[in-house]
Amino acid sequence: MEERRIRSRNDSGNVFIRWLLIGAALLFLALFLVTPLLTVFVEALDKGWEAYWAAIEEPDALSAIYLSLAAAAIAVPVNTLFGLAAAWSITKFDFFGKNILVTLLDIPFAVSPIISGLIFVLMFGAQGWIGPWLADHDIHIIFAVPGIILATMFVTVPFVARELIPHMQAQGREEEEAALVLGATGLQTFFRVTLPNIKWSLMYGVILCTARAMGEFGAVAVVSGHIRGQTNTIPLHVEILYNEYNFVGAFAVASLLTLMAIVTLAIKKFVEWKTSE
Amino acid sequence: MIKRRRNILPGFGISTGFTLTYMSLVVLIPLSAVFLKTASVDWSHFWETITAPRLMASYKLTLTTSFVSALFNAGFGLLVAWVLARYSFPGKRIVDALVDLPFALPTAVAGIALTAIYSQNGWFGRYLEPLGIKVAFTPLGIVVALMFVGLPFVVRNVQPVLEDLDVEIEEAAQSLGATRWQTFRLVIVPTVMPALVTGFALAFARGLGEYGSVVFISGNLPNTQITSLLINTKLEQYDYIGATSIAVVMLIVSFMLLLGINLLQARTRRFQEAA
Repeated sequence: MEERRIRSRNDSGNVFIRWLLIGAALLFLALFLVTPLLTVFVEALDKGWEAYWAAIEEPDALSAIYLSLAAAAIAVPVNTLFGLAAAWSITKFDFFGKNILVTLLDIPFAVSPIISGLIFVLMFGAQGWIGPWLADHDIHIIFAVPGIILATMFVTVPFVARELIPHMQAQGREEEEAALVLGATGLQTFFRVTLPNIKWSLMYGVILCTARAMGEFGAVAVVSGHIRGQTNTIPLHVEILYNEYNFVGAFAVASLLTLMAIVTLAIKKFVEWKTSE
Repeated sequence: MIKRRRNILPGFGISTGFTLTYMSLVVLIPLSAVFLKTASVDWSHFWETITAPRLMASYKLTLTTSFVSALFNAGFGLLVAWVLARYSFPGKRIVDALVDLPFALPTAVAGIALTAIYSQNGWFGRYLEPLGIKVAFTPLGIVVALMFVGLPFVVRNVQPVLEDLDVEIEEAAQSLGATRWQTFRLVIVPTVMPALVTGFALAFARGLGEYGSVVFISGNLPNTQITSLLINTKLEQYDYIGATSIAVVMLIVSFMLLLGINLLQARTRRFQEAA
């Protein structure tokens, strides 16, 4: 903090350039980031609070909210468990092919969401690998809820692991080694030494994973089939309302996702503040 | 060969085993479906599908809009990173948090919000259209959407480098008679360059695959169809072979970019450690 103060004093040399740059940056952010954020709420409340609540309380909207929560409720815990295992494996051990594993972890980030959906259609769709077998046994994955859950799992795979790996890397291995030498079991070491160290970044990873799970659009759009009231998640419901020119409804439902994004950012700041303490 | 100190930490087998199994089941096997599916397509048909005029136009559009938006983001992102790293001003913490908004905001929401702003009656559209600048439903709209989703990649890559940059080096340059502009050009730019290029590449890669924010503002017109959208169109027509063929092209480009970015990041890290 002290160093920073000195630094900014040092830079105050040219006040004019300084405020010009701050002004330009803030203007840019206001136009490109703040305006879209404000638009969501202004459009959502265009016809007042009653219309806003009506759009959210509508049965199809509620079922979309329910489905998004259900998909997140499955994808997030599984990917949290995966993130912990992957981070433990990658940061606490050295093994052949580790760098390849780290690169593979980024695949869901790098792939277009449409392709993320497509791969599940190719596996479980009517013409897919095991599509005919599934059809014989009357199991529906594509254009049904399981497909949405699978696509959500795919796109959110890296989030927890990506948050944990840098922190656990920085933490090193000594503390765990000390605990083990002093006679702690593996699980005791994990719960009493590792977990307290990573709890804040774990929390942020989980929140980010949840936000993405509820907000995923492209991948889920491909596998859902857009069946209203059945296979519509929140973003898909937003799309349908928008395409029906029901702008108040679309933005009202979208405002829920926007609030979630704002909460995510607030938690990120909180975690940064906690970890820098 | 020097034997490493024996690792006494437990759980190698179970954590690595679970990681590899899960990655294989959820990511790698499904992804291999794309390549196996195209293996069953004969080459000339595959080639014909991926070089159809409509697709060639979509590649060109996807590449140019991603490139232009990443370029804009490199410039504005550097400005924002500089201001956040170097200056203090009221509300800086909120501004800093806001930069991550595109990461947290679902793309579909960004898409409809941007379309509303830039359409004919929108907050910006109503002033831009009389000037002859159409944004919504044009390639320019795609650039605006991709700028939104790509900005944090540049800022978050460049900002830590600027924060770590020793003020003393700049002071040394200035005490040796360099002007502010010379210090910036000859001292600061070379230091942030690797991070800036990585940020640019990440924003570019993100732009190539972006779908949600683009579909609304592009309006699905003949001259605004990005490649992801065409894959989806083929899927909606149950043309799985066509969709898969295009997906293979996109996947290969994405993987090459991912590989390049990883190499770039490794170099940046080495550069920073050496500095």
